[in-house]
Amino acid sequence: MFIAAGLSILVVMALALVRALAGPTLYDRVLAVNMFGTKTVLFISVLGFLTGRPDFLDIALVYALINFISLVAVLRFFEFGRFRSITAPQSAFKEHPPDE
Amino acid sequence: MNDWLDLISWVCLLAGAFFAISGGVGILRFPDFFTRMHATGVTDTLCSGLILVGLMFQAGWSAVLLKLFLILAFLLLTSPTAAHAIAKAALHGKLEPVVDPPGGPSSKS
Repeated sequence: MFIAAGLSILVVMALALVRALAGPTLYDRVLAVNMFGTKTVLFISVLGFLTGRPDFLDIALVYALINFISLVAVLRFFEFGRFRSITAPQSAFKEHPPDE
Repeated sequence: MNDWLDLISWVCLLAGAFFAISGGVGILRFPDFFTRMHATGVTDTLCSGLILVGLMFQAGWSAVLLKLFLILAFLLLTSPTAAHAIAKAALHGKLEPVVDPPGGPSSKS
């Protein structure tokens, strides 16, 4: 039964990758990668049960933590125009005047 | 008693797998970004909940059950927050959701 659950998660990860590659906007890609990360957490847990190794669950928990942190980091990166580079919108400069 | 637990966990795992695939198809087939977000947000949380609960039934009363519960609690906390963050960033990035014009079909009924 774990094999069935694992296979279905692999299928969903492939679908998420297709959306990540085909996604027109940036946020589709971020959404697909976030879904891919969550499915990886599940796949590691199922794999831990499949191979009878309970220590995989720690890896899954850490992966869930990192997945969330990286998502927020990516969103902040793209929200403020590449960390106040030249292409940043004027509004970003007003909020965060450049240090130099 | 034991085969009842196995039966329940198999049903949970299969339901979780079904919702995972529906989420995957949803993220591919839906026309607009915000509809895709609905598809993944809903099924993502439900599918991970079901699969982890299914695994919990297999684990029984042990440290593994605690770890599974922690993963489930953390996922249920972060995926709504993540979905909210993505939607806020998308709206901030001037990505307009496709809504019917005021005179559209929804207002007539």
